[in-house]
Amino acid sequence: MHEWALAQAVVYTAIEYQRKEKLREIVELEIKIGELQQIDREIFEFALKEIVQLKKMTGMRVRVEKEEAILKCRVCGYQWSFADSMKRLSGEQAEFIHFLPEVIHIHSRCPQCKSPDFEIVKGRGVKITAIKGIK
Amino acid sequence: MNIDPRLNIIKERLRDVRRVVAISGGKGGIGKSSVASIGALILSKSGYRVGLLDLDFWGPSLDTILGIENIFPREEKGIIPPEIFAIKFISIIYYAGERPLPLRGADISNAIVELLAITQWGSLDFLIIDMPPGMGDATLDIIRLVKKVEFLIVTTQSKVVLETVEKMLRMLKDLKVPILGIIENMKITNSPFVKDWAKKFDVSFLGEINFDKNLETSIGNVDKLLETNFAHSLKKIMRF
Ligand SMILES: Nc1ncnc2c1ncn2[C@@H]1O[C@H](COP(=O)(O)OP(=O)(O)O)[C@@H](O)[C@H]1O
Ligand SMILES: [Mg+2]
Ligand SMILES: [Zn+2]
Repeated sequence: MHEWALAQAVVYTAIEYQRKEKLREIVELEIKIGELQQIDREIFEFALKEIVQLKKMTGMRVRVEKEEAILKCRVCGYQWSFADSMKRLSGEQAEFIHFLPEVIHIHSRCPQCKSPDFEIVKGRGVKITAIKGIK
Repeated sequence: MNIDPRLNIIKERLRDVRRVVAISGGKGGIGKSSVASIGALILSKSGYRVGLLDLDFWGPSLDTILGIENIFPREEKGIIPPEIFAIKFISIIYYAGERPLPLRGADISNAIVELLAITQWGSLDFLIIDMPPGMGDATLDIIRLVKKVEFLIVTTQSKVVLETVEKMLRMLKDLKVPILGIIENMKITNSPFVKDWAKKFDVSFLGEINFDKNLETSIGNVDKLLETNFAHSLKKIMRF
């Protein structure tokens, strides 16, 4: 249930945004969850709902979208999707990446040149991509 | 728009932590991890509630010094640090094990943010952070993300070390980050050089720890560590 910690971060960020922008209400929040972190979407959305209630942000509609994780080798330039690497990971390795996506550099290699020196181009974790509010 | 929601929750995660102390210094191999781990033990033995966070991702060593094995955080609304010697302990070793972790700056920063955002420390009197050497991502991130951090600087009397420590002190002063003081470690002469040198920067010289040839054989054994001259000196510095 570490999804809960991330969901709480999302709601707290919306509250902080509302305060900073002096908004009367936030009506819509768009979130992308990166594939690399393998967030359990059901648990995440359940936690979001609960925290939204708790923080009385009930006017806020939350849209959650998945983002494909793309990795790119810094040595040979090859680019690939995490979904391909995922098949070669053990359950334990996948779990470690779930907690700390950066440990992918231990458990995966560039499929072309076998280097661990690759970049997480996108789809790492949770980010807020849009906030709509009313003044 | 692209907002990282994790940044906003870090303050909340550290809300009930009274003091955050980063153990830092210009170079590697000068005793930062030894001070962090044995210091945490001393605090915990004295009845304080202590957390210990290893942020040296390339060379995590607190687990080796304290002889920590086979523990793992529990998952509950985040991760709950396992307690060992009554210290709440978080390190990248839980997820990386003994394998080398080739991380660049942006990855290091991301991993630090993640750990700070998901770890539920609860109430603590002290959170001790073992820093990697120098002024890289970890140091800049801790300054950026943990507003209540105080730095404790470890040095030796070597000019080579003091030169980088001086840069560190100047940066911390410049950024108005509180500095608890300087500890001189691995002392092999009676020279007051470092103590005098510290006056230049208007930071407190907290005390000295002699080179302790019995430290190495006590590594991995907490009872032995606490009996070393290193630990006795550190206790005195911490006024216990
Ligand atoms: N006062 C001391 N006397 C003898 N050895 C020491 C002393 N302080 C540290 N050491 C040893 O020096 C090495 C580096 O110490 P460590 O705490 O890992 O430094 P750092 O974290 O700054 O890299 C370790 O082997 C440690 O046991
Ligand atoms: Mg160290
Ligand atoms: Zn490659």
